[in-house]
Amino acid sequence: MDRAAASAKIEVAGLTVRFGPTVALQHVSLQVLRNEILAIIGPANSGKSSLLLALNRMVDRVPGVSVEGRILLDGTDIASIPDVQELRRRVGMVFALPIPLPMSIRDNILFGPQLIRRLRKAEADRLIESSLRAAFLWDEVKDRLEDSALRLSGGQQQRLCIARTLAVEPEVILFDEPCSGLDPISTAKVEEALLVLKRERTLVLVTNNTKQAARVGDRTAFLLMGELIEVDRTDKIFTNPSHRRTEDYVTGRFG
Amino acid sequence: MRIAPAITERIAKFVLMMSCATAVLALIFVIGFVLAGGLMHLSWAFLTEPILDMGRAGGILPAIVGTLLMVFVAVGIAAPLGVASAIYLSEYTIEGWVTQAIRFGINCLAGVPSIIFGLFGFILFVVLLGFGWSILSGGLSLAAMILPTIIRTAEEALRSVPSQYRDVAASLGASRWQVVTKSVLPYALPGILTGIILGIGRSIEETAVVIFTAGSAVQMPKSLFDSARTMSVHFYILAREGVSNQNAYATAAVLICTILIINILAYTIMHQMMRGKRAV
Repeated sequence: MDRAAASAKIEVAGLTVRFGPTVALQHVSLQVLRNEILAIIGPANSGKSSLLLALNRMVDRVPGVSVEGRILLDGTDIASIPDVQELRRRVGMVFALPIPLPMSIRDNILFGPQLIRRLRKAEADRLIESSLRAAFLWDEVKDRLEDSALRLSGGQQQRLCIARTLAVEPEVILFDEPCSGLDPISTAKVEEALLVLKRERTLVLVTNNTKQAARVGDRTAFLLMGELIEVDRTDKIFTNPSHRRTEDYVTGRFG
Repeated sequence: MRIAPAITERIAKFVLMMSCATAVLALIFVIGFVLAGGLMHLSWAFLTEPILDMGRAGGILPAIVGTLLMVFVAVGIAAPLGVASAIYLSEYTIEGWVTQAIRFGINCLAGVPSIIFGLFGFILFVVLLGFGWSILSGGLSLAAMILPTIIRTAEEALRSVPSQYRDVAASLGASRWQVVTKSVLPYALPGILTGIILGIGRSIEETAVVIFTAGSAVQMPKSLFDSARTMSVHFYILAREGVSNQNAYATAAVLICTILIINILAYTIMHQMMRGKRAV
């Protein structure tokens, strides 16, 4: 086993995802390294989201889906983890649009942890504060934790969703275009949070915004029509990619 | 020739407003008519005394008790069964021809005339299972009658909960049952309750099913195996056979008030349940 494999948090080998007759992902193999941000870029329908959803088996919830190939999390095949809920607690997810549950800010954060056990008040308070701080939201909401999460602005809602995912204490977090509906200032705050989060976690970031991949990605993978064209260090992808199609895409000649 | 939008706008507004006014007036008229004819004959004695002389004298206490018991049996069985079925259909099955066939069947059942359920209840509960003409037979038959409505409204309520709530819950490590109980049911509850209230209303007003399966005894029922009449049946017999018009109206007034009270109770309970579950 080479050094890269040894520090791989997730290893995807020959992953093919089909939705009925449609092939969304075709024989994709790549690694996600520990404590990195792996950015995944590519035009619409390139399979970015399918790849993400396969990593915590959320894709299993789609009717008619079939998955081939292996995904190893710390060397263990995720298909062999009997309790898919445990996998999803280890590999968390933040969706494209902020989806606060229609309850208070506090209850949103506690939703995940309380699925497993009741928290004591002090423990819950600590968890809420640390999660909100890590998502750079604490100062804005600390005085109104009982307010409905629906009253927050879009950017605040998305950071709340990040905090809610953090509260489950996942090792890996999957971000599916987390800034697609946000203004530039909110986007900057989310990116700031990502850069801090990767110190202790491994992040996978699907983004339609190639500049975002360039700003925060340690490595970048380029997908096209369900195939992995290349994955490499972000600076190399953006300055000296190995494939023409990657260059065309990152320089905005198509897509 | 085109009519100017400003004019069509006025016409539309007028027609819509008049439609609404007609509907509301019709309702007020019906309820007002019954209450006006009935309330003046109402007395405490009417509510608390046994039925005497086949309804010519005395009160309607046995009919009130019979109504409440039968509705309680019907809703007590149909509500949990119906909501559970709806949850299964909406959350645990993959949409396909089987679920569509089931849904089609349920919709057909919801449209079957109640007299058919009366006949079914008579054959199955009264005769085959030997429950006789009783509150139990009546309640079970009413349950069968309102079950399709409860399933249908509950399923619609469940489906109207945005699918993202389910995705979020699942991504946070919720099992399927937790997804249902924590992030779907709380938001579907008002719709589900509407279906149950509709079911209560239909059970209370039903006569055909009850006459077929619970009989029309005037005595105070002592157990679920006793025959009993509901207020609707009592009203029907009094009015149809010309026993006592004034007691018929009084019974109708009590019936309307009962439905009103049950609705208020149901909505109050719903509000209590929703508090804290949902900060709006």
